[in-house]
Amino acid sequence: MSNTFTVKDMNLWYGDFHALKDVSLDIPGGQITALIGPSGCGKSTFLRSLNRMNDLVQGCRITGDIRLCGEDIYGGMDVNLLRKRVGMVFQKPNPFPMSVYDNIAYGPRTHGIRKRAQLDEIVERSLRDAAIWDEVKDRLNRSALGLSGGQQQRLCIARALAAQPEVILMDEPTSALDPISTGRIEDLALDLKNDYTIVMVTHNMQQAARISDRTVFFLLGEVIESGETEQIFSLPKDSRTEAYVTGRFG
Amino acid sequence: MRSWKRWHRDARRHPLSALVSLITHLAALCTVLILGFLVAYILINGIPNLKPALFSLTYTSENQSMLPAILNTCTMTLLSLLLAVPVGVGASIYLTEYAPRGSRLVALVRLTTETLSGIPSIVYGLFGMLLFGNALHLGYSMLSGALTLAIMILPLIMRTTEEALCSVPDMYREGSFGLGAGRLRTTLCVVLPAAVPGILSGVILGVGRIVGETAALMYTSGTVEKIAGLMDSGITLSVHMYRQASEGLYTEQAYATAVVLLALVLMINLLASRLAGKITKGRQA
Amino acid sequence: MEKNTSQALRTLLAAIREKGMALVFLLAALVSILCVGLICVFLFANGIPAIREIGVPEFLLGRTWKPGNDIYGIFPMIVGSVYVTGGALLLGVPIALLTAVYLAYFCPDGLYRLLKPAVELLAGIPSVVYGFFGIVVLVPFVRTISEPLDGKGNSIATASILLAIMILPTIIGVVEPALRAVPRSYYEGALALGATHERSVYTAVVPAAGSGILAGIVLGVGRAMGETMAVIMVAGNQARMPKGIFQGIRTLTGNIVIEMGYAAGLHREALIATGVVLFAFILIINLAFSALKRRDAA
Repeated sequence: MSNTFTVKDMNLWYGDFHALKDVSLDIPGGQITALIGPSGCGKSTFLRSLNRMNDLVQGCRITGDIRLCGEDIYGGMDVNLLRKRVGMVFQKPNPFPMSVYDNIAYGPRTHGIRKRAQLDEIVERSLRDAAIWDEVKDRLNRSALGLSGGQQQRLCIARALAAQPEVILMDEPTSALDPISTGRIEDLALDLKNDYTIVMVTHNMQQAARISDRTVFFLLGEVIESGETEQIFSLPKDSRTEAYVTGRFG
Repeated sequence: MRSWKRWHRDARRHPLSALVSLITHLAALCTVLILGFLVAYILINGIPNLKPALFSLTYTSENQSMLPAILNTCTMTLLSLLLAVPVGVGASIYLTEYAPRGSRLVALVRLTTETLSGIPSIVYGLFGMLLFGNALHLGYSMLSGALTLAIMILPLIMRTTEEALCSVPDMYREGSFGLGAGRLRTTLCVVLPAAVPGILSGVILGVGRIVGETAALMYTSGTVEKIAGLMDSGITLSVHMYRQASEGLYTEQAYATAVVLLALVLMINLLASRLAGKITKGRQA
Repeated sequence: MEKNTSQALRTLLAAIREKGMALVFLLAALVSILCVGLICVFLFANGIPAIREIGVPEFLLGRTWKPGNDIYGIFPMIVGSVYVTGGALLLGVPIALLTAVYLAYFCPDGLYRLLKPAVELLAGIPSVVYGFFGIVVLVPFVRTISEPLDGKGNSIATASILLAIMILPTIIGVVEPALRAVPRSYYEGALALGATHERSVYTAVVPAAGSGILAGIVLGVGRAMGETMAVIMVAGNQARMPKGIFQGIRTLTGNIVIEMGYAAGLHREALIATGVVLFAFILIINLAFSALKRRDAA
């Protein structure tokens, strides 16, 4: 299996703060990779480097090498095309204050698709893929802000899918949701991994164990250990990983 | 009744506090009474003077019609907004969405905007006369007046637009960037629509200032009592009212004009506060 | 291959559009700087030569304004503006501050929802309407009460009263939020020490809002000094040194509006120079205001 992302000797600073230290990591395609670790360990920062969302933060500096399918993403690549290829779902559901339809069509329209028929098709397919079509098909023209939190998050996933990405980054996508909605999002992630590479930050150890194929453990800006999820949770090589996954700190 | 008793009891215990409380209440009452009296006085004396002749299509010194002035006020408002709103909104977009944090330029823009907002309207009038009327040879014209007023309301538009843009949550911006939209698309398609109610309430306040303005217009758009085109001199309602009131011959008509002006201002304020209410409600949701 | 070129072209176009619009927004932001620059240039270029020709001391301190005889001393107008503004502050500030305190700490919620928009409405009433109110109500009123003193209706006193009314909403609008912004703990701390509600508000909260209150007053000064139409409608507009608070006066703003219509030559330039002096006054007041606001924010 080929690697979607290969990261080598990556360092990241926020001003004087050294947030990520010598991170080297491969993220294989077609799998769910979970990033775990205590708050402030740099896992979200790392995730946001993969689609260059950190560019928006003033005083953020990155060195090292991050490649998406062999292409240097901090090299000559157009940042907007990168973000089209690497979609993102945020911690708090953030549908735009517009209709359900316009939310989903936002990405395709951004990338030049204007034909109504084609948009209609993308919207329906994305909503079906995100398992929310049946709930919203009768209210496509109503505001997305009227949906429940869990529906909003699945809408945001559908919105990311509509841009036809290769990778989906999820930044603690269920931390603001109730258990039932969380279960739905997890099922959805499992479905989606057949077509997309998924990288997910999570605080929830059970969630990582339940759905991810690979797990990466971050601590204080460093990657302590990465490997098959089963191995990380049952036979961690590093004592700090063991301490964290068994709940002794964090 | 009960509170009266309590007040009595407290007053004996803390006479100074009671006195202070009394003074505070009296001052507030004073404010309300003065301002209430002002509005009531003008309405009571003005409404009976609202006669159909005052709304004739052409002005004569007999009918003292305010209709041309009302129409000119509309033209003036539209023209000024047309000039000020795009610039003001564009400038605010630069300040909130584009400018790097802590930029010197932003500090300078803020300083000059604050300066503009404090300049008295007569100084704007002088400036408009010198630049637009004389230097650019626009003479006494609606265009001169509108250009002058556009500069005058620019700081107001910028302040309210900036506030509105800043109150749009960052998660909208992140969501849009995350889908591969550039800054322009993010700003125009996500941030700006979310800020529209706030911007509108600023625009409406701007309309209020334009409608009420006199000093900045006397020597820019002039005092001709005719329905004016772009390059003609034309009187607006406030200037019309100043003329009537200061000549002392048309007090009754001036009362009527005052009523119309008050009604306009009242409508404008209601509209603005309704929009402002919408924003705060939107934020809670 | 073809798809790649069209993609590259689209990216290029998008980049051009991005850069272009960023430039447009930047230019829009520069407009306010340009305006302030233009205002300074045009006022100074038209006003300073006149001041030089008349002579700085003769212009600023000259006590006679007789354009017919080419005598241009604006000292009476400076004094007039200062008197009228001072009078307005003397009458308006206490009432405005107490009202702001009332709105922030004494007013029941239901009443507040009525009073707050009312105050905002009053800030929006055009100055001609205030001026007209001055003509029909205040002038006769002041004439009556000052009759024993041989006073006039159009006077310093009338203008001061009218301006005091006009600056009420301005000051309240700045001070009330400043009072509300004082942390609740100040008030509660004082209450906990056994102070009454009134004592807590006036000894703990009001001093803490000091710079906000000062900023409100400074803004009021600016408004009173810059007000034109309402003042000329009630002040009498005699260009002479004030002879008493019940006598007429002319302000800097009034001087410009009243004579600009027919002035020419040096007279006209002297009026523009009057505007320069007014502008300078206002700039100083504004700088004070923004300095206060910055201290408040810090």
